[in-house]
Amino acid sequence: MPTDVHQLDDGAWISVNDTREVTVSDLWRLAGTDFCACRLTDFLAEGFVEVGVDGANVEVRIAGQCIQCGESGVTDWLTLGRVEPETADFRPVVPESVHRPSRRRRHATSP
Amino acid sequence: MPTKVERWKDETYGMEIREHLERFAQEGFDAIPEDEHDAWFERFKWWGLYHQRKGQESYFMMRIGTPMGRMTPEQLRTVGEVAREYATGPVSNPEFDDAYADFTTRQSIQLHWIKIEDVPDIFDELESAGLSTIQACGDSWRNIVGSPVAGRDAEELLDVWPIVEELHDRFKGNDLYTNLPRKWKVAVTGDRRGAGQGDINDLAFEPAIKEIDVSESDSEARQTASDGSEEVPGFNVTVGGGLARKEPRLARSIDVFCRPENAAEVAAGLSGLFRDYGDREDRFNARMKFLVDEWGTEKIRSVLQEEYVEYELPTAGQGLREEYDYNAGRADVPGDYVGVHDQADGRNFVGLSVLVGRMAAEDVIELADVAEKYGSEMIGLTQRQNVIVGDIADEDLDGFLEEPVLDDYSPDPHPFMQGSIACTGTEYCSLSIVETKNRMVRYARWLTDNVAVPEGVSDFHIHLSGCTASCAQPQIAEISLRGMKTRKDGEAVEAFDVGLGGGLGENPRFADWVEMRVPADEVPGYIANLLEVYESERDGEESFRSFVADREEDELSSLAEPEETSYEDPYLGNTKMTWYPYAEDDDMSASPAPTNANGEPLPTDD
Repeated sequence: MPTDVHQLDDGAWISVNDTREVTVSDLWRLAGTDFCACRLTDFLAEGFVEVGVDGANVEVRIAGQCIQCGESGVTDWLTLGRVEPETADFRPVVPESVHRPSRRRRHATSP
Repeated sequence: MPTKVERWKDETYGMEIREHLERFAQEGFDAIPEDEHDAWFERFKWWGLYHQRKGQESYFMMRIGTPMGRMTPEQLRTVGEVAREYATGPVSNPEFDDAYADFTTRQSIQLHWIKIEDVPDIFDELESAGLSTIQACGDSWRNIVGSPVAGRDAEELLDVWPIVEELHDRFKGNDLYTNLPRKWKVAVTGDRRGAGQGDINDLAFEPAIKEIDVSESDSEARQTASDGSEEVPGFNVTVGGGLARKEPRLARSIDVFCRPENAAEVAAGLSGLFRDYGDREDRFNARMKFLVDEWGTEKIRSVLQEEYVEYELPTAGQGLREEYDYNAGRADVPGDYVGVHDQADGRNFVGLSVLVGRMAAEDVIELADVAEKYGSEMIGLTQRQNVIVGDIADEDLDGFLEEPVLDDYSPDPHPFMQGSIACTGTEYCSLSIVETKNRMVRYARWLTDNVAVPEGVSDFHIHLSGCTASCAQPQIAEISLRGMKTRKDGEAVEAFDVGLGGGLGENPRFADWVEMRVPADEVPGYIANLLEVYESERDGEESFRSFVADREEDELSSLAEPEETSYEDPYLGNTKMTWYPYAEDDDMSASPAPTNANGEPLPTDD
């Protein structure tokens, strides 16, 4: 069954299969990105901008800023979590571990 | 491609949501199909119900829209009684206890911890008193804002209350305007103070006078000039203002003068234009301000004229902006309605300071009783989160001012208490990054106890907003605080970006953001240091806003440093990670939600 994803309440939430799973205000560590000049971007998620699916992965682009240098903008695509094929349960990633955004555009849905 | 929200709205929206809401209320929260939660929660907003944040599932915020913030004492009592009976949650708030009402910057009322099972009874109580939650949230005409003392203001150009009533009646529950691309915020101002704060609305009617050829004039014309023209009071029309998402815009003139009797037609035209041409494919681009950016004001005017309005629109008249002093940051006049003021009929209206806009339900009821006792027929909520009691006779004034409820809601508060405004924050809101109201209360108390108010300053506003949605209107205050995070000693802590010198008035301007990511416990120290510099370096009686406007960005950034002080911040950690920031066991897993009608946990799949 295809995974249904969307963002809600002005980008405050990401809903996966009609369950509100992830909300804003987490800090993400981003590597390998030109978002800012920091070696590791210490990124505050202020609003979800786009969401899509790539296989079992739920992918998002997030508006926010690096709290080390203050650079603000929208990230490339980040994996938010994975939907287990067997159970359809959503398993979120740990934002504070290191993530590598991808420029590759997933199958995005409109907000 | 239309957004998912648009598809949900196409299926069911507007008045018809009510019957579903009542069905779910009867059957219980768990009767809402889990795979339809998102759709129904989005729709419920239209009836003023907004689902609370993660950890508080099954609880709703309820917003009651009071046009121009106006109520009767009886209506205020009903609000207090509803709050007392229904707006209680599993855990008390350490500053505000159980059961309170929040007065918002858009002159509405918000109650929390509302159970869907109670909604029909609440609607009955509210509606029997002439109150409603209709279109208080959602994509439609929101609560119309303006000065609550319209008709009582001795200096006003026009009494706009009948116009606001007409707009409210026409555009609430009207199928033609039920489903707009996004929210539609309207301000109507007839006073000389600019108290409607129209600059930050999608549509604003600003007071103006137009010289009309005598042949076109009518009974409302004020005077006949020697050239045969007459001066007609009415409005200039502006569109596309708003503060949210780091995209603040001041409303822009479309060069239209509008007579009072044409206000509904022009409003219908502009909200119809927004309905038909607003962006339904990208909600982030949907607000009117972006359509005005894209089209320009000339095109807005020409499309309005050609497609939506049947009479020839006059060009703009002479506005009264140079007289605006509401939230104008002036040193010589107050920027709000707190205090005792003359009414046009010789009586008085009294503005009371409500710290961060939150009033205990028992106090709401007591204030309603006091207002009624003194013969008041008008309670007003202001855009600075305060409350006004109108119609107090001179001979009753001393007695009124000695009423015990005024000890906590003072007409003569300390400037730091008077000026403290805050949004809902992580206590209930999904978008917020930081805790807001309780923190602002603590800031205000600490500043009052520890910081000298600069000589001659009686009005000093600090607007604290939890995120970029800007519900506390942070960009238009002497000091603007916007929720953020930073690291302190390696640990993530709640923080604020700090802006200075914003406000409206004759020359509106948004705050300059000068100090970024200040840890929340260092903000009071920063403000103390800043005010010390202001006191020592200002030019005579120069207002704070003028002091800021006179300085370049680099100088502003180096005016003062954040600093730890005796202020202690109990919310420095990540309050968003808790189920409720003030619970003894605040871990998300300790949440009782979702709960049934009695507040007992519902079984879950986990």
